[in-house]
Amino acid sequence: MNTPPAQCEVSFTVNGTKQVVRAYPMERLLDVLRHRLGLTGTKEGCGEGECGSCSVLMDGMLVNSCLVPLLQAQGARIVTVEGLAKGSQLHALQQALLECGGAQCGICTPGFLMAALHLLNEKPQPTVEDIKEGLAGNLCRCTGYAQICEAVAQAAVGVDIRENDR
Amino acid sequence: MPVPRKEGRDKVTGRARYIDDIVMPGMLYGTTVRSTIPRGKIRKITFGDGVAWDEFVVVSATDIPGANCVALIADDQPYLANEVVNHPEEPILLLAHSNQHALTKAVNAITIEYDPLPAVFTIEESERQAEIIWGTDNTFKRFLVEKGDVDAVWAKAHYIVEGEYMTGAQEQLYIENNGVISSFDHEGGVTVWGSLQCPYYVHKALMKLFTFPEDKVRVVQAETGGAFGGKEDYPSIIAGHAALLSMKSGKPVKIVYDRMEDMAATTKRHPSRTRHRTAVSRDGKILGGEIDFVVDGGAYATLSSVVLSRGTIHAGGPYYWPNIRIRAKAVATNAPPHGAFRGFGAPQSLFAMERHMDRIAATVGLSPVEIRRRNFLKTGQTTTTEQTIHEPIDLVQLLDRALALADYHAKKERFRKEKENESATPKKGIGFAAFLHGAGFTGSGERYLASVVGVEGCANGRVRVLVSSTEFGQGTKTVLCQIAAETLDLPYEEVDIAPADTGEVPNSGPTVASRTVMVVGKLVQSAARGIQQTLIASGLLREGYSRDEFRRACAKYVAERGEFKSWARYEPPPGIFWDDEKYRGEAYAAYAWAVYVAEVTVDLTTYSVKVDDFVALQEVGKVLHPVLARGQITGGVAQGLGFALYEKVLWQDGRMQNGQMTNYIMPTSADLPPIRVYFEELGNEHGAFGAKGIGELPMDGPAPAIVSAIEDALGIGFNTVPLLPEDIFEATLARARTTNRGRALQGVR
Repeated sequence: MNTPPAQCEVSFTVNGTKQVVRAYPMERLLDVLRHRLGLTGTKEGCGEGECGSCSVLMDGMLVNSCLVPLLQAQGARIVTVEGLAKGSQLHALQQALLECGGAQCGICTPGFLMAALHLLNEKPQPTVEDIKEGLAGNLCRCTGYAQICEAVAQAAVGVDIRENDR
Repeated sequence: MPVPRKEGRDKVTGRARYIDDIVMPGMLYGTTVRSTIPRGKIRKITFGDGVAWDEFVVVSATDIPGANCVALIADDQPYLANEVVNHPEEPILLLAHSNQHALTKAVNAITIEYDPLPAVFTIEESERQAEIIWGTDNTFKRFLVEKGDVDAVWAKAHYIVEGEYMTGAQEQLYIENNGVISSFDHEGGVTVWGSLQCPYYVHKALMKLFTFPEDKVRVVQAETGGAFGGKEDYPSIIAGHAALLSMKSGKPVKIVYDRMEDMAATTKRHPSRTRHRTAVSRDGKILGGEIDFVVDGGAYATLSSVVLSRGTIHAGGPYYWPNIRIRAKAVATNAPPHGAFRGFGAPQSLFAMERHMDRIAATVGLSPVEIRRRNFLKTGQTTTTEQTIHEPIDLVQLLDRALALADYHAKKERFRKEKENESATPKKGIGFAAFLHGAGFTGSGERYLASVVGVEGCANGRVRVLVSSTEFGQGTKTVLCQIAAETLDLPYEEVDIAPADTGEVPNSGPTVASRTVMVVGKLVQSAARGIQQTLIASGLLREGYSRDEFRRACAKYVAERGEFKSWARYEPPPGIFWDDEKYRGEAYAAYAWAVYVAEVTVDLTTYSVKVDDFVALQEVGKVLHPVLARGQITGGVAQGLGFALYEKVLWQDGRMQNGQMTNYIMPTSADLPPIRVYFEELGNEHGAFGAKGIGELPMDGPAPAIVSAIEDALGIGFNTVPLLPEDIFEATLARARTTNRGRALQGVR
């Protein structure tokens, strides 16, 4: 029998809270978030970086957490869907998604929220084409995207999105 | 402002609990060992070295306590193959272990040896019956619809137009894969939590699997991340598998498929072939015709007979057929069974009908618009099953409005002029499709279902809807609560909906067939009225009550008399008649009607098609929730666009070869045009507040509308979807060869 690879200690912040995790270096960030930290808002849809349901922000970059080995997260600032609302106060994107009908079955919603947050960080005043392009890495089978794009446009108006990228 | 989605807050905050988010103490992880060949006898199973097999729970067919068949319509599909396998990916063994990561290695260490048997993979091979793989003739089901005297029309016809049309398999591609958790104890029975559409289908299947009475099986829907029909029948299988592992291990067991397993092993839309032969008068009126509709059901009967039924009834489209004969059959092939997918046979036969109408138009020398104007069904006329259309639907007006919204005529003319410049590589075109979709179960289906709905007045004075109808994105929870609230004249916030848990809610039927708002909603209305009437009759409540008065009265009623539940059971409306033998009568209580217009650009450098604009106009009785209703249409149109242009299942020996999101391509936000949605509302006496079903309707129209637009752009009439760039390239090349040969021949002469 091969000896199992050694676990290592990796520290990073998630939604502003420091986390130290002892795990295998090649464990997927997705699994660490979901199973070790109990942050199940981040979803797995395909496991190969196509659907974007596992999207999180890592040092401000939009990444598919199913493709990120834990080792790579050392020292990173990670934001997940759980970090968007402040208590019972929804983030403007969450509120807009609710109002516009951008969440149907909801499984892709956390990923879309992270992609939208990233988009608005980069382009606070996006055009419709910017939005369509900015969300094109995330798959939604329910909505046909229209109401998601509208929600992002609605949220973009006069909202300081950046403060959420902790 | 429409009311907010009941479970919306949980969904946007990530708090909603889907099955894979749930962990139970001591839970094991289960997996499935599947066949690698399409058909054959299992000769030997070897558990290889290097795996601590004593740590694993292993279940085979011999462990099944009850019947080894998935109870649905025909009892032909085993939970676990015993001696023979009939398709690739057929379940043979189940394994469970406390460490999820130990499973893959164990599966790989199992060797199954087979004596292969000849297999069939296409409709044509199945029809040839050189190899009988199911029953006596490879046929799950046949239907014959006959109206008038078709044999007499051919002599009167000025034109006889024939065509053959095909549609491919399509994966539902819900973003959440199939998954369940089960627990089992010999005293209490089995409980399954899962991502599923129809709790009572799973309930029925588990009763048979374990020979358990009703009260020893409990099925609870977890938050469900999309379904589209793909979680209508399949959850009965995965639930049974998890439950068997639970039974043997005595522990809770979770099975969640990964994407590749879900795509390769679970159901898809039935591939189809439709042949039309139509007798048409000199002035373009349909005199009669024959339609031959065949769907590929895969290896077991599952839902194919019902899919076939809906496809058969929709095969004549929204047109008047004085005479018609529709022959339909579902045939067996050695592929995993095809199943329910939004539209349920109708997108297939309607694609054929609409493409054929364009062919008739071209033959007669009329425009696609004019041919339809002359043949649309009118109020008072009868459908192919001789159902009289009573509602005041004016399809000519619906068509005209859709064309006006799309600026169809001006664009058509402009694109025609642009195409005169032959060297232009982007070619633009515009096309449309007219169609209908019947809401609710077909024929006598609703009568057999006899759905029951409850509304409960609770001790705290609030109201609760009790249904087994499930939420998987469409807005079931929201709209049913909205209907109860409106009936009771209460704010929406006063109404809750019970979890879809067979231990708690009655069987309101499956959440399928565009029936939830129309049929179940109407029952909710009726049950809610019972609550109101009881409170008023008891003297606890006066007419014109306020919210607080209702609360007090309701709470008082429960305090004084105990449980306060009002039930409503489906009663067939008078005048609805259906003959299951002759396939004649009122096929559906109501139809939604629609005209969709697509504008496309075909790039003759890459041969890709871009849809530039899309108008979706439909008559749906009554829109109860504008945001949700529009969401249903835009989502359905996107799936229809995928069906038309992107989503191709590559088969090899009955197995899907491209079971990944990387190589099975669905539309992204960047691929879609603006989808402009418009509603007309004629009401409907059979639906809650006049609503008709709309869930499946938008799946029917996009493919024929888009392919019609491509024909307008290129002058090539394609008859198959999906239509990929390589198909367009080949057809363009073939046409160029023919034209050049023609020119060359002319040169010789």
